[in-house]
Amino acid sequence: MDPYIFLIQLLNGVQYGLLLFLVASGLTLIFGIMGVINLAHGSFYMLGAYLAWSLTAQLGNFWLALLAGFVLSVVLGILLEWLFIRHLYRRDHLQQVLLTYGLILIFSELRSIVWGDDVHSVAVPTLLAGSIPLTETLAYPVYRVWLSIVCVVLAAGMYYLIQHTRLGMMVRAGASNREMTQSLGIDIGLLYRLVFAFGVALAAFAGMLAAPVSSVFPGMGNQVLIICFVVVVIGGIGSVKGAMAAALLIGLVDTFGKVVEFEISGFRVLPELAGMSVFVMMAIVLLWRPEGLFARRLR
Amino acid sequence: MAAADCLELEDMSDDVLIEARGIHAYYGASHVLHGVDLHLRRGETIGLMGRNGMGKTTLLRSMLGLLPPASGSVQVRGRGMTGAAPHRIARAGVAYVPEGRGIFPNLSVRENLLMAARAGHDGRDDWTLDRALDTFPRLRERLAHGGQQLSGGEQQMLTIARALLTNPDVLILDEATEGLAPLVAQEIWRILQRIRESGISSIIVDKNFSAVSTIADRNVILVKGQIVFQGGSEALRARPQLLQAWLGV
Repeated sequence: MDPYIFLIQLLNGVQYGLLLFLVASGLTLIFGIMGVINLAHGSFYMLGAYLAWSLTAQLGNFWLALLAGFVLSVVLGILLEWLFIRHLYRRDHLQQVLLTYGLILIFSELRSIVWGDDVHSVAVPTLLAGSIPLTETLAYPVYRVWLSIVCVVLAAGMYYLIQHTRLGMMVRAGASNREMTQSLGIDIGLLYRLVFAFGVALAAFAGMLAAPVSSVFPGMGNQVLIICFVVVVIGGIGSVKGAMAAALLIGLVDTFGKVVEFEISGFRVLPELAGMSVFVMMAIVLLWRPEGLFARRLR
Repeated sequence: MAAADCLELEDMSDDVLIEARGIHAYYGASHVLHGVDLHLRRGETIGLMGRNGMGKTTLLRSMLGLLPPASGSVQVRGRGMTGAAPHRIARAGVAYVPEGRGIFPNLSVRENLLMAARAGHDGRDDWTLDRALDTFPRLRERLAHGGQQLSGGEQQMLTIARALLTNPDVLILDEATEGLAPLVAQEIWRILQRIRESGISSIIVDKNFSAVSTIADRNVILVKGQIVFQGGSEALRARPQLLQAWLGV
């Protein structure tokens, strides 16, 4: 493979992986800390993308749209937690799946009513519209580089927040022993609301960032949800570090799976099968480590 | 009601830090507490005793908001706290050292202490990380270790230190020395004595009658969800046959 094409695919894979991480980290945090399986998480990604599209059109500025969309998604997260999710903490997974599946249908219908079912695209903001030339014919878009940097900064910020702040300590304590955390004077209900809203905002933000590089379409939430569950399972449920490793792995496997043609004992493996490569990898990882790469050890 | 009674009530509410009145509590279908009254005055140390399954932990959990009572009331410094969330009761100055310690195994020793540290309900911040580490020098050596790497005695010291860092008025200890080697248990009792001298009131549950009755101003004995005895240690030691019946000692 041409080294420049390899480099481009590598960058694409990393960028896709980082974007997946933003969505999956919220999913794994909400499951790891509150024990809630949130099927509606993909919907937040979809909502984010549609918000980016419609707010950019309304406000005439992508950056303002990002800011407004982020604030709106935090508010949405707080409201959803208060209305629905907090009733799920002490209930079993079946009820969680039923309610959050219902939320998928509601968000999908709302999206259809408010924004319609068409496919849209969002223009790359002029500031980042250029590309970096690699050879005479190949170039890499600046926006994609910027997107990866934003994701890395967010991931680093999240790591710092969870590992090195008092808020992070409280959140981790709450994940291991809810009752004891409360008895130390910490309002766990408020803490859970913050974590949920943060997860929603991350997923929506990922959708907003992705809007200029992929199209904005109705089924995008469900597509990303399935891949994010793969990320969470491979990474180890509840582990943010695991989500990062798994998301990068999946980003690279998926990207290279689409461009590399190779033969296995005489059979040509078609790029069309790339969609499967991620699931094949999940099967292999789970055979090797059934609890995922970074199983969280609480005890 | 006579005027004198009113006066006495007012007097009490000023002095009483935490009070449970007429507590009935259930675990599922089993009726664990049958109308229990317990109050703790400022500066007082209560030894709460009874055999296993008599309702000691249930009583503490009711007072801490962890198991809202079926009937009865809980007050902290005269304010109604029945059915209040556990964090509100904690914020009113009540700290808890649970049976089994409740260490966060996924946090380091330092993090276990820091996540809880705050000023008391009245803004008091006598207990700082440094003072806690001076009281428990062994924790200072273990600050970077994970909570799950500590010995039982160190875990108990960590839980007590963590409770003190919330600058409480009231310290509630369930099974203060259970499962600890005798020398370690002695160290814990010495520390509890020092905490008592610092002016913090406590309710201490433990199986070691002689140690509890030495430190306690008042002993309370629970049998089948009811208080059968309340009083000083001398009165209790003078009745060995009842002690045998109530506590099996």
